[in-house]
Amino acid sequence: MDFVAQLTLFVLAIFLGFELITKVPPTLHTPLMSGSNAISGITLVGALLAAGHGGSTLISVLGFVAVVLATINVIGGFMVTNRMLAMFKRK
Amino acid sequence: MQIAQHWIDIAYLIAAALFILGIKGLSKPKTAVRGNLLAATGMGIAAVVTLLHHDIVSYEVIIAGLIVGAVIGAILAIRVQMTSMPQLIALLNGFGGGASFALAAAEYFKGVDSTVAMAASGAAVLIGAVTLTGSFVAFAKLQELIGGQPKGFPGMKLVNLVLLVFSLGAIGYMTWTGQPNDTLFWAVVAAAALLGIMLVMPIGGADMPVVIALLNSYSGLAASAAGFVMGNSALIITGSLVGASGLILTQIMCKAMNRSLTNVLFGVMAEAGEAMDADEVYKGKIKSSSADEVAMILETAQRVVIVPGFGLAMAQAQHAVRDLADTLEARGTVVEYAIHPVAGRMPGHMNVLLAEAEVSYDKLKDMDTINPTFEQTDVAIVIGANDVTNPLAREDKSSPIYGMPILNVDKARTVVVVKRSLSPGFAGLPNPLFAKDNTLMLFGDGKQAIIDTTNALKEG
Repeated sequence: MDFVAQLTLFVLAIFLGFELITKVPPTLHTPLMSGSNAISGITLVGALLAAGHGGSTLISVLGFVAVVLATINVIGGFMVTNRMLAMFKRK
Repeated sequence: MQIAQHWIDIAYLIAAALFILGIKGLSKPKTAVRGNLLAATGMGIAAVVTLLHHDIVSYEVIIAGLIVGAVIGAILAIRVQMTSMPQLIALLNGFGGGASFALAAAEYFKGVDSTVAMAASGAAVLIGAVTLTGSFVAFAKLQELIGGQPKGFPGMKLVNLVLLVFSLGAIGYMTWTGQPNDTLFWAVVAAAALLGIMLVMPIGGADMPVVIALLNSYSGLAASAAGFVMGNSALIITGSLVGASGLILTQIMCKAMNRSLTNVLFGVMAEAGEAMDADEVYKGKIKSSSADEVAMILETAQRVVIVPGFGLAMAQAQHAVRDLADTLEARGTVVEYAIHPVAGRMPGHMNVLLAEAEVSYDKLKDMDTINPTFEQTDVAIVIGANDVTNPLAREDKSSPIYGMPILNVDKARTVVVVKRSLSPGFAGLPNPLFAKDNTLMLFGDGKQAIIDTTNALKEG
Protein backbone atom coordinates (compact mmCIF):
# COMPACT_ATOMS: atom_id res chain seq x y z
CA MET A 1 0.00 0.00 0.00
CA ASP A 2 1.51 3.35 -0.91
CA PHE A 3 2.09 6.12 1.58
CA VAL A 4 -0.66 8.43 0.38
CA ALA A 5 -3.26 5.65 0.64
CA GLN A 6 -2.05 4.94 4.19
CA LEU A 7 -2.17 8.59 5.12
CA THR A 8 -5.70 8.85 3.69
CA LEU A 9 -6.86 5.98 5.90
CA PHE A 10 -5.15 7.54 8.92
CA VAL A 11 -6.72 10.98 8.50
CA LEU A 12 -10.21 9.69 7.68
CA ALA A 13 -10.13 7.31 10.64
CA ILE A 14 -9.24 10.18 12.98
CA PHE A 15 -12.24 12.17 11.77
CA LEU A 16 -14.44 9.10 12.18
CA GLY A 17 -13.01 8.59 15.66
CA PHE A 18 -13.91 12.13 16.70
CA GLU A 19 -17.49 11.70 15.44
CA LEU A 20 -17.90 8.34 17.18
CA ILE A 21 -16.31 9.17 20.52
CA THR A 22 -18.06 12.51 21.09
CA LYS A 23 -21.31 10.50 21.23
CA VAL A 24 -20.11 8.33 24.12
CA PRO A 25 -21.71 9.63 27.36
CA PRO A 26 -19.43 10.50 30.33
CA THR A 27 -20.88 7.67 32.37
CA LEU A 28 -19.23 5.18 29.98
CA HIS A 29 -15.85 6.89 29.72
CA THR A 30 -14.00 4.25 31.76
CA PRO A 31 -15.36 1.31 29.73
CA LEU A 32 -14.54 3.38 26.62
CA MET A 33 -10.91 3.56 27.73
CA SER A 34 -10.62 -0.14 28.54
CA GLY A 35 -12.49 -1.01 25.34
CA SER A 36 -10.22 1.16 23.23
CA ASN A 37 -7.26 -0.47 24.97
CA ALA A 38 -8.64 -3.81 23.85
CA ILE A 39 -9.03 -2.80 20.22
CA SER A 40 -5.62 -1.13 20.15
CA GLY A 41 -4.47 -4.70 20.86
CA ILE A 42 -4.92 -5.03 17.07
CA THR A 43 -1.12 -4.77 17.10
CA LEU A 44 -1.53 -8.49 17.76
CA VAL A 45 -1.87 -9.12 14.01
CA GLY A 46 1.47 -7.42 13.37
CA ALA A 47 2.98 -9.18 16.36
CA LEU A 48 1.87 -12.59 15.06
CA LEU A 49 3.57 -11.91 11.73
CA ALA A 50 6.77 -10.82 13.48
CA ALA A 51 6.79 -13.78 15.90
CA GLY A 52 6.10 -16.38 13.23
CA HIS A 53 8.58 -14.97 10.77
CA GLY A 54 11.28 -17.44 11.75
CA GLY A 55 13.99 -14.75 11.64
CA SER A 56 16.86 -14.10 14.03
CA THR A 57 16.62 -14.72 17.77
CA LEU A 58 16.31 -10.98 18.41
CA ILE A 59 13.35 -10.72 16.04
CA SER A 60 11.69 -13.78 17.60
CA VAL A 61 12.17 -12.39 21.11
CA LEU A 62 10.73 -9.00 20.12
CA GLY A 63 7.89 -10.80 18.33
CA PHE A 64 7.20 -12.91 21.42
CA VAL A 65 7.13 -9.83 23.66
CA ALA A 66 4.79 -8.07 21.22
CA VAL A 67 2.44 -11.09 21.10
CA VAL A 68 2.34 -11.36 24.91
CA LEU A 69 1.67 -7.64 25.48
CA ALA A 70 -0.91 -7.35 22.70
CA THR A 71 -2.71 -10.48 23.94
CA ILE A 72 -2.87 -9.08 27.48
CA ASN A 73 -4.48 -5.97 26.00
CA VAL A 74 -6.96 -7.91 23.90
CA ILE A 75 -8.02 -10.51 26.48
CA GLY A 76 -7.70 -8.27 29.54
CA GLY A 77 -9.28 -5.30 27.79
CA PHE A 78 -12.35 -7.04 26.41
CA MET A 79 -12.96 -9.07 29.58
CA VAL A 80 -12.73 -6.15 31.97
CA THR A 81 -14.85 -3.97 29.70
CA ASN A 82 -17.49 -6.68 29.62
CA ARG A 83 -17.32 -6.98 33.39
CA MET A 84 -17.84 -3.26 33.87
CA LEU A 85 -20.57 -2.87 31.27
CA ALA A 86 -22.54 -5.73 32.79
CA MET A 87 -22.80 -3.63 35.97
CA PHE A 88 -24.44 -0.65 34.24
CA LYS A 89 -28.12 -1.30 34.80
CA ARG A 90 -31.26 0.77 35.03
CA LYS A 91 -33.73 -0.09 37.73
CA MET B 1 -3.54 -23.77 5.13
CA GLN B 2 -2.68 -20.47 3.54
CA ILE B 3 -4.90 -17.91 1.91
CA ALA B 4 -4.32 -15.10 -0.56
CA GLN B 5 -3.36 -11.66 0.71
CA HIS B 6 -6.52 -9.97 -0.54
CA TRP B 7 -8.74 -12.28 1.55
CA ILE B 8 -6.69 -11.35 4.59
CA ASP B 9 -7.13 -7.66 3.78
CA ILE B 10 -10.89 -8.12 3.42
CA ALA B 11 -10.99 -9.83 6.79
CA TYR B 12 -9.12 -6.85 8.28
CA LEU B 13 -11.72 -4.54 6.75
CA ILE B 14 -14.49 -6.57 8.39
CA ALA B 15 -12.64 -6.39 11.70
CA ALA B 16 -12.28 -2.59 11.40
CA ALA B 17 -16.00 -2.27 10.64
CA LEU B 18 -16.83 -4.35 13.71
CA PHE B 19 -14.59 -2.12 15.86
CA ILE B 20 -16.46 0.95 14.61
CA LEU B 21 -19.83 -0.67 15.33
CA GLY B 22 -18.46 -1.68 18.72
CA ILE B 23 -17.54 1.88 19.68
CA LYS B 24 -20.91 3.06 18.34
CA GLY B 25 -22.54 0.60 20.73
CA LEU B 26 -20.81 2.39 23.60
CA SER B 27 -22.96 5.48 23.01
CA LYS B 28 -25.70 3.94 25.18
CA PRO B 29 -25.40 1.73 28.27
CA LYS B 30 -28.12 -0.49 26.80
CA THR B 31 -26.20 -1.36 23.64
CA ALA B 32 -22.71 -1.22 25.17
CA VAL B 33 -22.33 -4.89 26.11
CA ARG B 34 -23.25 -5.95 22.59
CA GLY B 35 -20.86 -3.36 21.17
CA ASN B 36 -18.01 -4.80 23.19
CA LEU B 37 -18.83 -8.30 21.93
CA LEU B 38 -18.90 -7.06 18.31
CA ALA B 39 -15.45 -5.52 18.75
CA ALA B 40 -14.14 -8.73 20.35
CA THR B 41 -15.51 -10.71 17.41
CA GLY B 42 -13.69 -8.38 15.03
CA MET B 43 -10.47 -9.00 16.94
CA GLY B 44 -11.00 -12.77 16.78
CA ILE B 45 -11.49 -12.64 12.99
CA ALA B 46 -8.38 -10.48 12.48
CA ALA B 47 -6.21 -12.75 14.63
CA VAL B 48 -7.36 -16.06 13.12
CA VAL B 49 -6.96 -14.83 9.55
CA THR B 50 -3.47 -13.53 10.30
CA LEU B 51 -2.43 -17.00 11.45
CA LEU B 52 -3.13 -18.19 7.89
CA HIS B 53 -0.71 -15.67 6.40
CA HIS B 54 2.02 -17.19 4.21
CA ASP B 55 4.73 -15.23 6.05
CA ILE B 56 4.18 -17.28 9.17
CA VAL B 57 6.47 -20.27 9.10
CA SER B 58 6.69 -21.29 12.73
CA TYR B 59 4.00 -21.38 15.40
CA GLU B 60 5.94 -22.22 18.58
CA VAL B 61 6.70 -18.63 19.58
CA ILE B 62 3.20 -17.51 18.64
CA ILE B 63 1.44 -20.17 20.70
CA ALA B 64 3.67 -19.56 23.71
CA GLY B 65 3.04 -15.81 23.50
CA LEU B 66 -0.72 -16.21 23.12
CA ILE B 67 -0.97 -18.50 26.13
CA VAL B 68 1.16 -16.32 28.40
CA GLY B 69 -0.67 -13.14 27.33
CA ALA B 70 -4.15 -14.67 27.63
CA VAL B 71 -3.49 -16.02 31.12
CA ILE B 72 -2.09 -12.71 32.40
CA GLY B 73 -4.87 -10.70 30.73
CA ALA B 74 -7.64 -12.91 32.10
CA ILE B 75 -6.22 -12.85 35.64
CA LEU B 76 -5.93 -9.05 35.56
CA ALA B 77 -9.47 -8.63 34.24
CA ILE B 78 -11.10 -11.02 36.72
CA ARG B 79 -9.23 -10.01 39.85
CA VAL B 80 -9.08 -6.23 39.58
CA GLN B 81 -11.24 -4.29 42.03
CA MET B 82 -13.37 -1.49 40.66
CA THR B 83 -11.58 1.01 42.92
CA SER B 84 -8.28 -0.02 41.26
CA MET B 85 -9.56 0.41 37.72
CA PRO B 86 -7.37 3.48 37.02
CA GLN B 87 -4.27 1.37 37.74
CA LEU B 88 -5.42 -1.36 35.37
CA ILE B 89 -6.14 1.14 32.59
CA ALA B 90 -2.69 2.65 33.12
CA LEU B 91 -1.11 -0.82 32.84
CA LEU B 92 -3.08 -1.69 29.71
CA ASN B 93 -2.06 1.63 28.11
CA GLY B 94 1.54 0.73 28.88
CA PHE B 95 1.26 -2.79 27.45
CA GLY B 96 -0.34 -1.35 24.31
CA GLY B 97 2.57 1.05 23.88
CA GLY B 98 5.01 -1.76 24.64
CA ALA B 99 3.46 -4.05 22.03
CA SER B 100 3.76 -1.36 19.33
CA PHE B 101 7.31 -0.66 20.42
CA ALA B 102 8.35 -4.34 20.28
CA LEU B 103 6.58 -4.80 16.97
CA ALA B 104 8.22 -1.78 15.36
CA ALA B 105 11.63 -2.89 16.69
CA ALA B 106 11.12 -6.37 15.22
CA GLU B 107 10.25 -4.79 11.86
CA TYR B 108 13.31 -2.58 12.07
CA PHE B 109 15.60 -5.57 12.59
CA LYS B 110 13.90 -7.50 9.80
CA GLY B 111 15.09 -4.67 7.61
CA VAL B 112 13.13 -1.59 6.62
CA ASP B 113 13.21 -1.00 2.88
CA SER B 114 11.52 2.35 2.43
CA THR B 115 11.71 5.89 3.74
CA VAL B 116 8.17 5.66 5.09
CA ALA B 117 8.87 2.38 6.91
CA MET B 118 12.04 3.81 8.49
CA ALA B 119 10.37 7.00 9.67
CA ALA B 120 7.27 5.13 10.87
CA SER B 121 9.24 2.49 12.78
CA GLY B 122 11.14 5.32 14.47
CA ALA B 123 7.88 7.03 15.39
CA ALA B 124 6.34 3.78 16.69
CA VAL B 125 9.43 3.02 18.78
CA LEU B 126 9.50 6.56 20.18
CA ILE B 127 5.78 6.84 21.02
CA GLY B 128 5.57 3.21 22.11
CA ALA B 129 8.48 3.45 24.54
CA VAL B 130 7.26 6.76 26.00
CA THR B 131 3.82 5.22 26.51
CA LEU B 132 5.32 2.09 28.10
CA THR B 133 7.48 3.76 30.74
CA GLY B 134 5.14 6.75 31.25
CA SER B 135 2.22 4.42 31.96
CA PHE B 136 4.28 2.42 34.45
CA VAL B 137 5.09 5.61 36.36
CA ALA B 138 1.37 6.51 36.29
CA PHE B 139 0.58 3.01 37.56
CA ALA B 140 3.16 3.31 40.36
CA LYS B 141 1.66 6.64 41.44
CA LEU B 142 -1.91 5.35 41.39
CA GLN B 143 -0.95 2.16 43.23
CA GLU B 144 0.96 4.37 45.69
CA LEU B 145 4.20 2.51 45.12
CA ILE B 146 5.66 5.99 44.79
CA GLY B 147 4.20 9.21 46.18
CA GLY B 148 1.46 10.89 44.17
CA GLN B 149 2.91 14.38 44.56
CA PRO B 150 4.78 15.99 41.66
CA LYS B 151 8.47 15.12 41.50
CA GLY B 152 11.16 16.84 39.55
CA PHE B 153 14.42 18.75 39.52
CA PRO B 154 15.45 22.12 38.12
CA GLY B 155 16.15 21.89 34.42
CA MET B 156 13.95 18.82 33.98
CA LYS B 157 12.06 20.41 31.11
CA LEU B 158 15.34 21.18 29.35
CA VAL B 159 16.50 17.56 29.72
CA ASN B 160 13.16 16.38 28.33
CA LEU B 161 13.51 18.74 25.40
CA VAL B 162 17.03 17.47 24.70
CA LEU B 163 15.84 13.84 24.81
CA LEU B 164 12.97 14.60 22.43
CA VAL B 165 15.11 16.59 19.99
CA PHE B 166 17.79 13.88 20.04
CA SER B 167 15.25 11.13 19.33
CA LEU B 168 13.60 13.02 16.49
CA GLY B 169 17.00 13.99 15.10
CA ALA B 170 18.27 10.41 15.17
CA ILE B 171 15.14 9.08 13.48
CA GLY B 172 15.32 11.90 10.95
CA TYR B 173 18.97 11.16 10.23
CA MET B 174 18.36 7.42 9.65
CA THR B 175 15.38 8.24 7.45
CA TRP B 176 17.22 10.90 5.46
CA THR B 177 20.35 8.84 4.80
CA GLY B 178 18.41 5.59 4.39
CA GLN B 179 21.09 3.98 6.59
CA PRO B 180 19.71 2.08 9.58
CA ASN B 181 22.15 2.34 12.49
CA ASP B 182 21.62 -0.14 15.33
CA THR B 183 23.56 1.87 17.94
CA LEU B 184 21.55 4.96 17.14
CA PHE B 185 18.35 2.91 17.20
CA TRP B 186 18.99 1.63 20.73
CA ALA B 187 19.96 5.13 21.81
CA VAL B 188 16.52 6.33 20.65
CA VAL B 189 14.90 3.50 22.61
CA ALA B 190 16.77 4.52 25.77
CA ALA B 191 16.03 8.22 25.30
CA ALA B 192 12.32 7.55 24.72
CA ALA B 193 12.07 5.26 27.76
CA LEU B 194 13.69 7.93 29.94
CA LEU B 195 11.47 10.62 28.44
CA GLY B 196 8.34 8.65 29.34
CA ILE B 197 9.43 8.45 32.99
CA MET B 198 10.37 12.13 33.20
CA LEU B 199 7.17 13.33 31.54
CA VAL B 200 4.89 11.66 34.09
CA MET B 201 7.00 12.11 37.25
CA PRO B 202 6.16 15.83 37.71
CA ILE B 203 2.42 15.28 37.34
CA GLY B 204 0.34 15.24 40.53
CA GLY B 205 -2.42 12.88 41.62
CA ALA B 206 -5.42 15.00 40.70
CA ASP B 207 -4.09 15.51 37.18
CA MET B 208 -4.00 11.74 36.62
CA PRO B 209 -7.25 11.69 34.60
CA VAL B 210 -5.56 13.86 31.97
CA VAL B 211 -2.40 11.77 31.89
CA ILE B 212 -4.24 8.47 31.61
CA ALA B 213 -6.39 9.79 28.78
CA LEU B 214 -3.32 11.16 27.01
CA LEU B 215 -1.36 7.89 27.36
CA ASN B 216 -4.44 6.09 26.03
CA SER B 217 -4.21 8.31 22.97
CA TYR B 218 -0.46 7.65 22.61
CA SER B 219 -0.99 3.89 22.72
CA GLY B 220 -3.35 4.28 19.76
CA LEU B 221 -0.99 6.52 17.82
CA ALA B 222 1.87 4.06 18.38
CA ALA B 223 -0.27 1.25 16.95
CA SER B 224 -1.10 3.44 13.98
CA ALA B 225 2.58 4.19 13.37
CA ALA B 226 3.32 0.46 13.53
CA GLY B 227 0.63 0.06 10.87
CA PHE B 228 2.53 2.46 8.58
CA VAL B 229 5.67 0.33 9.02
CA MET B 230 3.91 -2.88 8.00
CA GLY B 231 1.55 -1.32 5.46
CA ASN B 232 -1.29 -2.84 7.47
CA SER B 233 -4.64 -1.07 7.12
CA ALA B 234 -6.19 -2.70 10.20
CA LEU B 235 -3.50 -1.22 12.45
CA ILE B 236 -3.66 2.22 10.85
CA ILE B 237 -7.45 2.55 11.13
CA THR B 238 -7.77 1.10 14.61
CA GLY B 239 -4.77 2.96 15.97
CA SER B 240 -6.10 6.30 14.81
CA LEU B 241 -9.57 5.56 16.23
CA VAL B 242 -8.01 4.94 19.63
CA GLY B 243 -5.73 7.94 19.23
CA ALA B 244 -8.73 10.17 18.55
CA SER B 245 -10.63 8.67 21.48
CA GLY B 246 -7.83 9.40 23.94
CA LEU B 247 -7.42 12.93 22.59
CA ILE B 248 -11.10 13.74 23.07
CA LEU B 249 -11.04 12.43 26.65
CA THR B 250 -7.88 14.46 27.32
CA GLN B 251 -9.63 17.56 26.02
CA ILE B 252 -12.73 16.93 28.18
CA MET B 253 -10.57 16.45 31.30
CA CYS B 254 -8.55 19.62 30.66
CA LYS B 255 -11.71 21.64 30.12
CA ALA B 256 -13.19 20.30 33.34
CA MET B 257 -10.16 21.59 35.24
CA ASN B 258 -9.94 24.85 33.29
CA ARG B 259 -6.31 24.07 32.52
CA SER B 260 -4.51 23.80 29.24
CA LEU B 261 -2.80 20.57 28.29
CA THR B 262 0.61 22.29 28.41
CA ASN B 263 -0.09 23.42 31.98
CA VAL B 264 -0.92 19.90 33.07
CA LEU B 265 2.05 18.35 31.28
CA PHE B 266 4.54 20.82 32.68
CA GLY B 267 3.02 20.77 36.13
CA VAL B 268 2.14 24.46 36.14
CA MET B 269 -0.55 25.60 38.52
CA ALA B 270 -1.95 29.08 37.96
CA GLU B 271 -0.24 31.72 40.06
CA ALA B 272 -2.03 32.30 43.32
CA GLY B 273 -2.96 35.92 43.99
CA GLU B 274 -2.32 36.19 47.70
CA ALA B 275 -2.03 33.10 49.83
CA MET B 276 -5.30 32.45 51.60
CA ASP B 277 -5.10 31.70 55.26
CA ALA B 278 -7.10 28.59 56.06
CA ASP B 279 -7.61 29.69 59.69
CA GLU B 280 -9.10 32.97 58.56
CA VAL B 281 -11.56 31.19 56.29
CA TYR B 282 -12.59 28.55 58.79
CA LYS B 283 -12.23 30.18 62.23
CA GLY B 284 -15.39 30.06 64.28
CA LYS B 285 -17.50 29.23 61.24
CA ILE B 286 -17.17 25.45 61.06
CA LYS B 287 -20.18 23.53 62.32
CA SER B 288 -19.26 20.00 63.22
CA SER B 289 -22.24 17.69 63.05
CA SER B 290 -23.16 14.13 64.00
CA ALA B 291 -24.73 11.22 62.18
CA ASP B 292 -27.91 11.66 64.24
CA GLU B 293 -28.24 15.32 63.33
CA VAL B 294 -27.67 14.62 59.63
CA ALA B 295 -30.24 11.83 59.76
CA MET B 296 -32.76 14.24 61.28
CA ILE B 297 -32.29 16.70 58.43
CA LEU B 298 -32.53 13.92 55.87
CA GLU B 299 -35.82 12.75 57.41
CA THR B 300 -37.66 15.76 56.08
CA ALA B 301 -35.72 16.13 52.81
CA GLN B 302 -37.58 15.70 49.57
CA ARG B 303 -34.59 15.88 47.26
CA VAL B 304 -31.05 14.76 48.08
CA VAL B 305 -28.01 14.97 45.79
CA ILE B 306 -24.91 12.91 46.55
CA VAL B 307 -21.58 14.32 45.32
CA PRO B 308 -18.83 11.66 45.25
CA GLY B 309 -15.10 12.30 44.82
CA PHE B 310 -11.86 10.34 45.00
CA GLY B 311 -12.34 9.97 48.77
CA LEU B 312 -15.31 7.71 48.06
CA ALA B 313 -13.00 5.30 46.26
CA MET B 314 -10.36 5.56 48.99
CA ALA B 315 -12.92 4.71 51.69
CA GLN B 316 -14.56 2.00 49.53
CA ALA B 317 -17.82 3.67 50.51
CA GLN B 318 -19.83 3.06 47.33
CA HIS B 319 -21.99 0.27 48.83
CA ALA B 320 -22.62 2.25 52.02
CA VAL B 321 -23.74 5.21 49.90
CA ARG B 322 -26.12 3.02 47.92
CA ASP B 323 -27.64 1.73 51.20
CA LEU B 324 -28.21 5.29 52.37
CA ALA B 325 -29.83 6.17 49.03
CA ASP B 326 -32.05 3.06 49.20
CA THR B 327 -33.16 3.99 52.72
CA LEU B 328 -33.97 7.54 51.61
CA GLU B 329 -35.83 6.37 48.53
CA ALA B 330 -37.89 3.95 50.61
CA ARG B 331 -39.08 7.02 52.52
CA GLY B 332 -40.06 8.76 49.31
CA THR B 333 -37.02 11.03 48.96
CA VAL B 334 -35.64 11.63 45.47
CA VAL B 335 -31.91 10.81 45.32
CA GLU B 336 -29.55 11.70 42.49
CA TYR B 337 -25.77 11.71 42.06
CA ALA B 338 -23.73 14.65 40.78
CA ILE B 339 -20.61 13.53 38.91
CA HIS B 340 -17.90 16.06 38.10
CA PRO B 341 -15.90 15.09 34.99
CA VAL B 342 -12.62 14.93 36.93
CA ALA B 343 -13.98 13.31 40.10
CA GLY B 344 -11.70 10.35 40.82
CA ARG B 345 -8.51 9.38 39.05
CA MET B 346 -9.73 8.74 35.50
CA PRO B 347 -12.63 9.66 33.23
CA GLY B 348 -15.79 7.90 34.43
CA HIS B 349 -14.18 6.53 37.62
CA MET B 350 -17.13 7.41 39.91
CA ASN B 351 -19.68 6.03 37.47
CA VAL B 352 -18.03 2.62 37.46
CA LEU B 353 -17.80 2.53 41.26
CA LEU B 354 -21.46 3.43 41.68
CA ALA B 355 -22.48 1.01 38.94
CA GLU B 356 -20.65 -1.69 40.90
CA ALA B 357 -22.79 -0.80 43.91
CA GLU B 358 -25.82 -1.30 41.63
CA VAL B 359 -26.82 2.33 41.43
CA SER B 360 -29.06 2.77 38.41
CA TYR B 361 -27.10 4.66 35.74
CA ASP B 362 -29.91 7.12 34.98
CA LYS B 363 -29.42 8.60 38.47
CA LEU B 364 -25.82 9.53 37.69
CA LYS B 365 -26.05 13.11 36.41
CA ASP B 366 -23.25 15.06 34.77
CA MET B 367 -22.31 18.55 35.88
CA ASP B 368 -24.33 20.55 33.35
CA THR B 369 -27.49 18.58 34.06
CA ILE B 370 -27.34 18.66 37.85
CA ASN B 371 -26.07 22.19 38.47
CA PRO B 372 -29.37 24.02 37.80
CA THR B 373 -31.16 21.66 40.23
CA PHE B 374 -29.13 22.42 43.38
CA GLU B 375 -31.40 25.35 44.26
CA GLN B 376 -34.30 22.91 44.55
CA THR B 377 -32.21 20.44 46.53
CA ASP B 378 -32.83 20.05 50.26
CA VAL B 379 -29.60 18.30 51.13
CA ALA B 380 -26.36 17.90 49.14
CA ILE B 381 -24.05 15.25 50.61
CA VAL B 382 -20.42 15.70 49.56
CA ILE B 383 -18.32 12.57 50.09
CA GLY B 384 -14.57 12.74 49.49
CA ALA B 385 -14.80 15.60 47.00
CA ASN B 386 -13.16 18.97 47.64
CA ASP B 387 -11.78 21.18 44.88
CA VAL B 388 -14.66 20.43 42.49
CA THR B 389 -17.08 22.00 45.00
CA ASN B 390 -14.93 25.04 45.90
CA PRO B 391 -16.94 28.26 45.35
CA LEU B 392 -13.66 30.21 44.94
CA ALA B 393 -13.58 28.84 41.40
CA ARG B 394 -16.77 30.80 40.74
CA GLU B 395 -16.31 33.88 42.90
CA ASP B 396 -12.68 34.79 43.51
CA LYS B 397 -10.93 36.12 40.42
CA SER B 398 -7.54 36.00 42.12
CA SER B 399 -7.88 32.32 42.99
CA PRO B 400 -5.67 29.85 41.09
CA ILE B 401 -8.71 27.72 40.37
CA TYR B 402 -10.86 30.64 39.20
CA GLY B 403 -12.84 29.62 36.12
CA MET B 404 -12.79 25.90 36.78
CA PRO B 405 -16.33 24.59 36.36
CA ILE B 406 -17.60 23.33 39.72
CA LEU B 407 -20.63 21.61 41.16
CA ASN B 408 -22.74 24.36 42.77
CA VAL B 409 -23.46 22.37 45.93
CA ASP B 410 -23.46 25.54 48.06
CA LYS B 411 -26.81 26.47 46.45
CA ALA B 412 -28.51 23.55 48.15
CA ARG B 413 -30.55 24.33 51.26
CA THR B 414 -28.21 22.25 53.45
CA VAL B 415 -24.80 20.89 52.54
CA VAL B 416 -23.33 17.95 54.44
CA VAL B 417 -19.59 17.44 53.87
CA VAL B 418 -18.23 14.05 54.90
CA LYS B 419 -14.49 14.41 55.36
CA ARG B 420 -11.69 13.28 57.65
CA SER B 421 -10.41 16.76 58.44
CA LEU B 422 -10.27 20.27 57.03
CA SER B 423 -7.17 19.42 55.00
CA PRO B 424 -7.08 21.03 51.56
CA GLY B 425 -7.55 19.16 48.29
CA PHE B 426 -5.00 18.86 45.51
CA ALA B 427 -5.14 22.57 44.69
CA GLY B 428 -3.90 23.27 48.24
CA LEU B 429 -6.63 25.84 48.87
CA PRO B 430 -9.04 26.27 51.76
CA ASN B 431 -12.63 25.63 50.72
CA PRO B 432 -15.05 28.40 51.88
CA LEU B 433 -17.89 25.93 51.29
CA PHE B 434 -16.99 24.30 54.63
CA ALA B 435 -17.53 27.60 56.44
CA LYS B 436 -20.89 28.53 54.89
CA ASP B 437 -23.94 28.99 57.10
CA ASN B 438 -25.78 26.14 55.41
CA THR B 439 -22.87 23.68 55.63
CA LEU B 440 -22.49 20.93 58.22
CA MET B 441 -19.23 19.02 58.53
CA LEU B 442 -19.50 15.33 59.33
CA PHE B 443 -15.94 14.43 60.30
CA GLY B 444 -14.73 10.84 60.11
CA ASP B 445 -14.14 7.89 57.81
CA GLY B 446 -16.45 8.25 54.81
CA LYS B 447 -17.79 4.73 54.91
CA GLN B 448 -18.44 4.65 58.67
CA ALA B 449 -20.03 8.11 58.68
CA ILE B 450 -22.47 7.08 55.96
CA ILE B 451 -23.30 3.76 57.67
CA ASP B 452 -23.95 5.59 60.97
CA THR B 453 -26.21 8.09 59.23
CA THR B 454 -28.16 5.31 57.51
CA ASN B 455 -28.64 3.47 60.81
CA ALA B 456 -29.77 6.66 62.56
CA LEU B 457 -32.22 7.29 59.74
CA LYS B 458 -33.63 3.76 60.01
CA GLU B 459 -34.05 4.04 63.79
CA GLY B 460 -35.44 7.57 63.70
